[in-house]
Amino acid sequence: MAVTFVDVEHIAALARLEFSDVEKEQFTHQLNEILSYVEKLNELDTAAVEPLSHVIELDNVFRDDIIQPSLSAEIALSNAPSRSDSHFKVPKVIG
Amino acid sequence: MNLQEPFDSYRPRLASESCESRTRAHLEEIRKRQSLNAFLSVFDDEAIIEAKRVDERFARGIAGPLAGMVIAVKDVLNMKNKETTCGSKILRSYHSLYDATVIERLRAADAVFIGKTNMDEFAMGSSNENSAFGPVKNPRDESRVPGGSSGGSAAAVAAGLATTSLGTDTGGSIRQPAALCGIIGLKPTYGRVSRYGLVAFASSFDQIGPFGNSPRDVARVLQVIAGHDPKDSTSSTLPVPDYLSAMTGDVTGVKIGLPKEYYSSALSDEIRSTIDRAVQMLRDRGAIVSEVSLPHTEYTIATYYILATAEASSNLARFDGVRYGYRTEHAADLAAMYTKSRSEGFGAEVKRRIMLGTYVLSAGYYDAYYAKAQKVRRLIQHDFFKAFEHVDCLLTPTTPSTAFRMGEKMDDPLQMYLSDIYTVSANLAGIPGISVPAAGDEKLPVGIQILGRQFDEATILNVAEALSGGNQ
Repeated sequence: MAVTFVDVEHIAALARLEFSDVEKEQFTHQLNEILSYVEKLNELDTAAVEPLSHVIELDNVFRDDIIQPSLSAEIALSNAPSRSDSHFKVPKVIG
Repeated sequence: MNLQEPFDSYRPRLASESCESRTRAHLEEIRKRQSLNAFLSVFDDEAIIEAKRVDERFARGIAGPLAGMVIAVKDVLNMKNKETTCGSKILRSYHSLYDATVIERLRAADAVFIGKTNMDEFAMGSSNENSAFGPVKNPRDESRVPGGSSGGSAAAVAAGLATTSLGTDTGGSIRQPAALCGIIGLKPTYGRVSRYGLVAFASSFDQIGPFGNSPRDVARVLQVIAGHDPKDSTSSTLPVPDYLSAMTGDVTGVKIGLPKEYYSSALSDEIRSTIDRAVQMLRDRGAIVSEVSLPHTEYTIATYYILATAEASSNLARFDGVRYGYRTEHAADLAAMYTKSRSEGFGAEVKRRIMLGTYVLSAGYYDAYYAKAQKVRRLIQHDFFKAFEHVDCLLTPTTPSTAFRMGEKMDDPLQMYLSDIYTVSANLAGIPGISVPAAGDEKLPVGIQILGRQFDEATILNVAEALSGGNQ
């Protein structure tokens, strides 16, 4: 499954990243190298193996639905690059 | 004042040697060793005020278990009102709104925080050359890397800039820099320490742990930070044992396995002979050493880089320039603002991993890569569980080589990833691991790694104590 220059452009768009053509060439090369290395997993027959998504034994973790103290709007907004009253402000959504 | 002296050793002299004088001495040493670039922020005045408060509490007989310890914190952990940059331009000047649970617990135990340490951006790297704020240098040889991603935390303890420090370990980021800098570094079992307040890289792998100049020092820190936290639902409710009382250094009858796959031709002669000496020493002291097999070892790096980058691409989606962090000045609409803020804010390695993670999760490839890797992860974990039916712990090299030169692996991401070959398996299996320094044939230190059963930090700490010369 070789990655092409066009694939790199598609992945970049999905990841909300942009690159120069030189960088895209570099990524095409590096991703292919890394992916050809990880192809070795296909040597293993895993048809009967359950995927492992969590490494320690845990059942569902529940808590009572009780309101706890939380950050005030003022504090939550304190790192905002741009704000308006108690809202985060962003550029227009439709360009 | 010997600033590399372990806390455990100077603790009995606290009444005559104040915490304030030790804190001042560390601050002076930080200024002298600025070329190491180990710190991203230093809490000069505040650390002294805290140290004075600890001295007062000590005099009144109400001081906590870590009174007199001066600790540095990797800049990926939130400390209220302090900057938390994660070594990234995208978080430059971000101020934390709350304390991570580990910070709360250390503060309550009367540790003094001296500053926050440099790191590979978002903990992605094995050399600390990926920091947006410049590389950290190895205190043993400034032309060499300290390891990563917790390179600043390791260098700080090795150079005597702090008594202990906190790092995080997603694929070896505590144990590998500990090995390269010649100190102790412990990655606890997944779930042993709360991750609340840790900026996430790969959530099913990340774990916080201590660096120190002795196994007892890291045990004392672990004792304080371990335990259930309702704010991290993956933290374990299992009780936390008394680690120090288990650390007699007596290894009589302890069964130690040597995984044969870890002693392949990739290992340097120097590391092999250092390990041989350590094994002989443990045998002489009554340990039962045997060979074991972890048959899926050759698949660990591939499995790790699929799963960890997938989780990272998802976790790092939050950096979009909306609520905090860097926002571009060159965007007319929202979509462009996201893309430009992220592209201008993230460094090369972070972008590479987001790209790889996005690819393996994308439509048509999820089953081939991500689901496949999750299945192989179970096989790798099963290897360890089988081995632990026969032995109490495993002894391996921490790294395939000693500290490499700055720039040596920067152009070849795959070679850099392969330097994690002996450490990533513990994160895949969720087991604890510790790196203990040993003198190599050359002047650079060699790391010996002990891996244990899940939640059995006590055994690996005890073997570390024996390797460090306890109970001789």
